[in-house]
Amino acid sequence: MRKAVQVSPTDKMITVLIYVLFSLFACVCVYPFYSIIINTISANDISARGDVVFYPRNIHFQNYLDVFKIPGLGNAALISLGRTVIGTLLTVGASAFLGFMFSQEDMWGRRFWYRFTVITMFFNAGIIPWYLTMRSLHLTNNFLAYILPTIVAPFFIILVKTFVESTPKELQQAASIDGAGTMMIFFRIILPISKPILATVAIFTAVDQWNSFQDTLLLVTDSKLYTLQFILYNYINQASSLSTMVNLQNAGSTAIASLATEQTTTSIRMTVTIIVVAPILLIYPIFQRFFVKGIMIGAVKG
Amino acid sequence: MRIREYSTKGISFRKFLYILPFMLLLAVFAYYPLYGWVYAFFDYSPPIPLSKSPFVGLQWFRSLIENQVKIDQLLQVIKNTFGMSGLGLLFSWLPMIFAIFLNEMKAVRFRKFVQTVTTLPNFISWVLVYSLAFSMFSSEGIVNGLLKQLGLSDSPILFLQNSDHVWITMWLWTIWKTLGWSAILYIAAITGIDDSLYEAAHVDGATRMQVIWNVILPSMLPTYFVLLMLQIASFLNNGLEQYFVFQNAFNKENIQVLDLYVYNLAMGGGSYSVSVAISMLKSLISVVLLFSVNGFSKLLRGESIV
Repeated sequence: MRKAVQVSPTDKMITVLIYVLFSLFACVCVYPFYSIIINTISANDISARGDVVFYPRNIHFQNYLDVFKIPGLGNAALISLGRTVIGTLLTVGASAFLGFMFSQEDMWGRRFWYRFTVITMFFNAGIIPWYLTMRSLHLTNNFLAYILPTIVAPFFIILVKTFVESTPKELQQAASIDGAGTMMIFFRIILPISKPILATVAIFTAVDQWNSFQDTLLLVTDSKLYTLQFILYNYINQASSLSTMVNLQNAGSTAIASLATEQTTTSIRMTVTIIVVAPILLIYPIFQRFFVKGIMIGAVKG
Repeated sequence: MRIREYSTKGISFRKFLYILPFMLLLAVFAYYPLYGWVYAFFDYSPPIPLSKSPFVGLQWFRSLIENQVKIDQLLQVIKNTFGMSGLGLLFSWLPMIFAIFLNEMKAVRFRKFVQTVTTLPNFISWVLVYSLAFSMFSSEGIVNGLLKQLGLSDSPILFLQNSDHVWITMWLWTIWKTLGWSAILYIAAITGIDDSLYEAAHVDGATRMQVIWNVILPSMLPTYFVLLMLQIASFLNNGLEQYFVFQNAFNKENIQVLDLYVYNLAMGGGSYSVSVAISMLKSLISVVLLFSVNGFSKLLRGESIV
């Protein structure tokens, strides 16, 4: 048992200071999210006056219905969802398989190919050479550009390899004696036991895919392939024309324009922001417990 | 007997064939872009294809320093890169301190809450960070609204257009986004400290600060060292996204780091070849930096970091 330490006045002051500083920083981290959420569900005219600071006022949800009247937003949501789901499945599958294969000591050229893979974490040609070569491969304005480059992810391969190597060798040996081939061992033994680490990989990949912005910026000019992140960036810069458009549409259909639900530049931008950040906020509590484990395994050198 | 047979079985070429498709993907998306460096040696301007562009040798590299205007521009970009990366290095110990003092809070639930909440910003994109920043700090933003209501200022303060403290504000946004996340490695390191060390310190009558100074801090220095070396290795790689989303006509001069400058040159100005030339120099210097810190680490700790 630890003995109770004598509490000196300096100690007390330090304690108070620590609590105050951390509380402040926690507020600074949360408040931007909170303030935008309460502003999007408050009456838009009150919100525009800057009167919504600590709690929502005259709650309504019209903003969330209205933003989907902006052409392209629904499509962008589908593209973002599509790249997240497909990209995550493929990256997790490839990381699991390659992590397992690189643990196979009898593979031809194992050492070389492992280095060939890992070394790519430490250099890159630069964004413009990357852009130029992607263009020469016809990967501009192509959905595949969101998926293919991320399939082989060295960091995740290291994670899985480290994990597989920490499991008892006898499992694989026993299966091999029973006549199971490499693929059978992978699907029947490695995949089921690697679930915890694969969950970590899946979550990180999904967040990366959802947040990805640079590839759209460089490679996509076709608005059908815009992602939510990209469309949000555009909205920040041109939300005023959008709010006018939504208001005109509403005026046409209902003929009643209430100040509380009339769209403003700010209301559109904030609402789209919440829609883009919502998936992260929703899954965050679930995946939060995975990442400490994940990063600890990752800290082991590959 | 059969187990030994398994382990001494010869080399399997078939297993290599299984991973071959993935190695090809890697070759295309990680190695082939290096071929893009050839654009630096041609006078390339689209839509004329590279094959029809004239070879110009090192002209673009020379053009970087051919007159004072260009030298000044490049120097400003390098200054920004050094300034912002330098600030990052200067405060690279912050996550460690964050972890140490977080660990000092004995209210477990509150500590968990703080950790959860401060890690969250790491998982949103820079576009979202910019959107939050815009909602808070634009001329119609929440902060200006508050200042007006409190009667502290009549005309809105244009935080985001300010060009005076760009390095510091960019650094602050980076801290806001990454501090909690960066502390996780150190938090894990603290959990790994042997309890007997604490007990010995208590027997010796160590005060709280003495425990932190003599027990906790030394056990975290190896982690700090490795991360510091990696940070130095990526000194020139500030990334594009943060600076791209925050840039505007007013702060452009002070926000352009190498990555953003290269992007603006090519995608904004169409000067692909010059841009590739700078990219190439940057990548080469980064590799040299990486080898240097790795060598330094081997020399100092007898252990390589990559």
